[in-house]
Amino acid sequence: MPGVAVMKLEKVTRRYTMGDQTLRALDEVDFEAWPGDLLAVMGTSGSGKSTLLNVLGCLDRPTSGRYLLDGQEVSSMSRDQLARVRNRTIGFVFQSFNLLSRTSALENVELPLLYAGVPTAERQRRSAEALTQVGLRERMLHMPNQLSGGQQQRVAIARAIVGRPKVILADEPTGNLDSRTSVEVMALFQRLWREGMTVLLVTHEPDIAAYASRVITMRDGKVKSDVRQEPRVADPAELPAPEAA
Amino acid sequence: MNPLQTLRVAGRALMRNKLRSLLTTLGVVIGVGAVIAMVALGEGARAKVEASFASMGANLLIILPGSMTAGGARGGFGSGSTLTWDDLKAIQGELQSSVLYAAPQLRGSAQIVSEDTNWATSVTGTSPDYFLIRSWPCSEGAVFTKSDIEGSNKVVVLGATVAENLFGQGVDPVGETVRIKNIPFTVVGLLARKGQSPTGQDYDDGAFVPYTTFQTKIQGGPQKFIAGGIFISAAPGQVSRAQEQISTLLRDRHRTAENADNDFSIRNMAEMASEQQESAQTLAILLASIAAVSLLVGGIGIMNIMLVSVTERTREIGIRMAIGARPRDILLQFLVEALSLSMLGGLLGLLVGIGGAWVGTRLGWPTVIRPEVAAIAMGFSAFIGVVFGLYPARKASQLDPIDALRFE
Ligand SMILES: Nc1ncnc2c1ncn2[C@@H]1O[C@H](COP(=O)(O)OP(=O)(O)OP(=O)(O)O)[C@@H](O)[C@H]1O
Ligand SMILES: [Mg+2]
Repeated sequence: MPGVAVMKLEKVTRRYTMGDQTLRALDEVDFEAWPGDLLAVMGTSGSGKSTLLNVLGCLDRPTSGRYLLDGQEVSSMSRDQLARVRNRTIGFVFQSFNLLSRTSALENVELPLLYAGVPTAERQRRSAEALTQVGLRERMLHMPNQLSGGQQQRVAIARAIVGRPKVILADEPTGNLDSRTSVEVMALFQRLWREGMTVLLVTHEPDIAAYASRVITMRDGKVKSDVRQEPRVADPAELPAPEAA
Repeated sequence: MNPLQTLRVAGRALMRNKLRSLLTTLGVVIGVGAVIAMVALGEGARAKVEASFASMGANLLIILPGSMTAGGARGGFGSGSTLTWDDLKAIQGELQSSVLYAAPQLRGSAQIVSEDTNWATSVTGTSPDYFLIRSWPCSEGAVFTKSDIEGSNKVVVLGATVAENLFGQGVDPVGETVRIKNIPFTVVGLLARKGQSPTGQDYDDGAFVPYTTFQTKIQGGPQKFIAGGIFISAAPGQVSRAQEQISTLLRDRHRTAENADNDFSIRNMAEMASEQQESAQTLAILLASIAAVSLLVGGIGIMNIMLVSVTERTREIGIRMAIGARPRDILLQFLVEALSLSMLGGLLGLLVGIGGAWVGTRLGWPTVIRPEVAAIAMGFSAFIGVVFGLYPARKASQLDPIDALRFE
C-alpha cells in the first residue's frame, strides 16, 4: 500500500448508553483508508455505517480508540481544530442533502469557503466552477426547493468538493435518487476519485457498490469483510431514459 | 467570516421572519422611546426653569428687609423697614470689587390710564441700573436716565404686556402720555418682552418709573427706609463673595450683635435655580428608571426569541458546523442577530421618542432632545442586545455537530 493511510482507526468504539442499556454502534473497529481508495461501506440497517462515517468525518467522537486523519491524532483536537479539519480536509455529503433552505445553490456552495475566509471574488468563482463540474451551471441561483432531489444532491456534492478536500465522505448519497441519477452521481464520484481524492460512501445497493474499488461490509458495529475489486465504470450514457438536466 | 458577511447572514435570518423580528424589537422600541421622550420632557422642564431664572438677571442677588423665614420667604417684599438709602449708597460705594450694580426696587400697584383705556398693573420705582441688572433692554425708546432721577421727572418705561393693553399690539407707545394716579407721565421706553418668572408671573406686566418720582408721586413723600428691596448684580464669579461682603457690611452698618440674626435677607437666584433644577432632575431620573425597566423587559424578549430561533435552526447550526464553522463563528452570528434586533429596536425607539417629544411640545410641554441622550439610549440598546443575546448565542455555539444535525 502506498505511503500513510489517509484515515486510520485503531480499536475505535462508539458506545451509546440509553438508560441501563449500552449499545456498541462501533465495536473496536480497526480500519485504514488509503489514497486512491473509492470505498463503499455496506451492511444491514443499524450495523454502524453512519456512525463510522460520522466518526471519520469528525462530526462524532469515538468513545474509545484512536483515530488518525492524515497521520494526525483527532481525539486530542480542540473544537476549533476539528472545525478546521471539517472545513479543509473533509467534504461531507449527507443522505438528506442538508442544504440551507432559502439560500441559493451558489451561496450554499460558497459556505465552506466563507468559513475558510476566502475573499468574495475567488469564492464566487470557485463555487461557480464546482457547480459547473456537477452540471448545474444553469441552476446556480435556484433555491433548494426549486431543485429536484438529484440536483440538490449535486449541489451538496459541489459544496463538499469546493474546498478541494482530501477526503469525500458520503452517507447514502444515492439513497433518495432514481437509478439514472444515481449513476450520474457515481460518475461524478469516480471522476473525483480519478483526480486523486479518497472517496468513501455508504450504500445499501450492490449495484452502487460495484462502482467502488474496495467494499467493506459491516455487521453489529464490526467490519466483517474487506474486498478489493475492479470498479465498474459509471457511464450515464449506457442507461436509457434520457433526462434533461 | 468577516464582520460584514456575519452581518449579512444575520440580516438575512432576520428578514426571513420580518413580523417576528419586528415584534421582538417592540420591547426595546418602547423602552428606548420612553427613555428619549421622558428625558426630553424632563430636560425641557429643566431648561424652562433655567431660562426663566436666567431671565431674572445674571448673577442676581436680591436684598430684602427683615430676616429670612424658615421656608425661604417668597412674599415679604417690603416687609419690615431695615434697609436704608444709605445702605444702598454704601453697597454702591464700598463694594465695587464684587458688586457691579445695585438698584432699589420700590413696588406698588396702580391703574394706568391711556387716552382710550386703562390697565391695572404693578408700578416699580427704580434706577436705570435696574435694567442692566436684569439684562432687560428696551425694544423702543430708552430707559429713564440719572437726570430723570435727580429731577423726579414724570417719565415711565412700560412692559410689553402693559403697552399692548393700553395701545394695542405692535404700536410704539414712546412719546405718548399715560396717567398714573391721575398724574401724567411721558412714556420714554418700551421694554423687550421677557416672558414668565419661575413662578409663572408675567414679567412684562409692569411699569417702571424713577424711584424719586415713585416716592413723591406714588408713595406720598420720601422715606428713610427703602420700602422694597435692593437688586444687585454681582461681578461674574463673585456671587458668593458679594453675598458675604454685603452681609458683613449691612451687619456692621446695622450694628447687629455678634450672635444675632441678620435683619435682612439676601436671595441668591443661582441657588434657587439649582434647587428647582434638582427637583426637575429627580423627576427625570425617576422617569428614566421606569423607562430602563421597560428596556430590560425588551432585552428579555430578545433573549426569548433568540432561544426559540436557536432551537428552530439547530439543523442549520449543525450544517454550518459540519461544513467548518467554528463555535465562535456561530456565537458571533447569533450575537450579531440579537444585536441587530436590539439596535433596530433602538433606532425605531429613537423615532418613537422624538415623535413623542414632538407630541409633548404640541401639547404645551417644553421638550429638549439632547444628542447625547439619544446616543446613550442607542448604546444601551446595543448593550442589551449583547447581554441578552450572549446566552442564546453561547448555547448555539456549544451544540454538538452530530446532535445538531440529527435534530428533528
Ligand atoms: N444518537 C444515537 N443514540 C442512540 N443510539 C444510536 C444513536 N445513533 C445511532 N444509534 C444506534 O447505533 C446503531 C448504528 O446506527 P447507524 O446509524 O450507524 O446505522 P446504519 O448502519 O447507518 O443504519 P442505516 O443503514 O439504517 O442508516 C443503531 O443500532 C442505532 O440505533
Ligand atoms: Mg445510516
